[in-house]
Amino acid sequence: METQEPAKIQPVRRRLVEILLGGGVVASIVAFVYPVLRYLVPPPVPDLGGDEVVAAKLGDLKPNGSKIFRFGTRPALLLLTAEGEYRALSAVCTHLSCTVQYRNDLHEIWCACHNGLYDLNGRNISGPPPRPLDAFQVHVRGDEIVVSRKREA
Amino acid sequence: MSLFTGVQNWLDERFHWAELIGPLKKKTVPIHKLSYWYFLGGITLFLFMIQVCTGILLLLYYRPGANEAFESVQYIMTRVQFGWLIRSIHSWAANLMILTAFAHMFSVVFLRAYRKPREMTWLSGMVLLFLAMGFGFSGYLLPWNTLAFFATKVGTEITGQVPIVGHSMMVFLRGGEEVTGATLTRFFGFHVAVLPGLTTLLVLIHLALVQYFGMSVPPGLEARWEAAPGEARQMKFFPSFFLRELMAWYIALGALGALAAILPWELGTKADPFASAPAGIRPEWYFMFMFQTLKKIPAKVWFLDGEVVGILVFGAAGLLWMLLPFFDQVGRGRGRRFIMGAGIFALSYIIAMTIYGYMAK
Repeated sequence: METQEPAKIQPVRRRLVEILLGGGVVASIVAFVYPVLRYLVPPPVPDLGGDEVVAAKLGDLKPNGSKIFRFGTRPALLLLTAEGEYRALSAVCTHLSCTVQYRNDLHEIWCACHNGLYDLNGRNISGPPPRPLDAFQVHVRGDEIVVSRKREA
Repeated sequence: MSLFTGVQNWLDERFHWAELIGPLKKKTVPIHKLSYWYFLGGITLFLFMIQVCTGILLLLYYRPGANEAFESVQYIMTRVQFGWLIRSIHSWAANLMILTAFAHMFSVVFLRAYRKPREMTWLSGMVLLFLAMGFGFSGYLLPWNTLAFFATKVGTEITGQVPIVGHSMMVFLRGGEEVTGATLTRFFGFHVAVLPGLTTLLVLIHLALVQYFGMSVPPGLEARWEAAPGEARQMKFFPSFFLRELMAWYIALGALGALAAILPWELGTKADPFASAPAGIRPEWYFMFMFQTLKKIPAKVWFLDGEVVGILVFGAAGLLWMLLPFFDQVGRGRGRRFIMGAGIFALSYIIAMTIYGYMAK
């Protein structure tokens, strides 16, 4: 490259100018790119609803029936077993986050996306799900069915 | 360096890269004391690219719709990190882009760069200016604030005054008889899809024409250079002019960042279609000279409505202005003098009426 010829004449001074110029340009590019990168990160969404939610009223569910309700920002599943026991589980499949459903013909929880199966305790029994569904606590308070997160012991 | 030449060779073997960029390498830029005006088009292009980038960023959080638009812009400005900066840069760059486009246009008039064979370059540039003003007009409404709401109401109402086709045009723009959420949806579509597509296409045509014809040399100098070719001075476009242009862009970016940070764009209050227009309703500054003119025309001129007269006059003037290059050869110097006069008149009129518009209450 013939343009590099002068560099041999005063290599040190030229190098210094190059470093100053290059450093300045890089610093200013960083100053413009940094806000853009920060901008791309969405602000955190406040988790409305907290740790407890009224999932349903007594009598909303028949035995062997179920309902999807909103728990914080994600869906959850309330079901009433044939024996008359309420259970609440996260409805987010542990495989790829589809919303699961209760199959009253199988008496199991089924994910339609990839045919994952869980039992009524939320344990993954068949198909691709790697982990059980998170289980929540259910209390009946008056005629309201209240679901809360399990406190870490 | 070796990686760079490696990539270059790879491309060259497949696409005959050297042939493709050959014309760019041959391109030269004349050097004279008015060379600085050559930067304006490039700066306008740079600001357009900034608009595309910041516009895409704003699209990540903006929601069109009468119930959400204002809140989403508020969200961008208060909750999203550096959201205020991105929006402020978008607003500032929009205004600066119109300003540099106007300056570019007037420099072309006064340096007579529009003359044969560059008439089509001028025409494509004029269409680009109209598109830029369309961007400004449609983008102004998107935050759905009071000022924008009434400016859009007035602006579209003026469109409605155009004889014969006016009413249909107004209904088309508004998406109905009134400015509503439907208008916002339309303006959003124009602003983020229709106009960017058209503008990108025209920018490419405009640049191709500039490339094809080369840089215009002011006529007096051109005559002297033709008489004595030894005096002609020029630099290579690449890298000499290109690096200078990059420096200009760099300075423009710095100025833009400083303006946006020191004088952030305000949001105002949310538009309420059933509230009275507050005092101080005005359009963007580049529509001000037309706005002020329309305010000053009496309600009736002869048998016509004042507004209609204003629109017709501006329409005719705009058309004449677009066809300016075609008068250059008329008469022996008469056409040229007319163009110079028109240029000086237009520039003084726009400046005077804009200042008047801001001074008048």
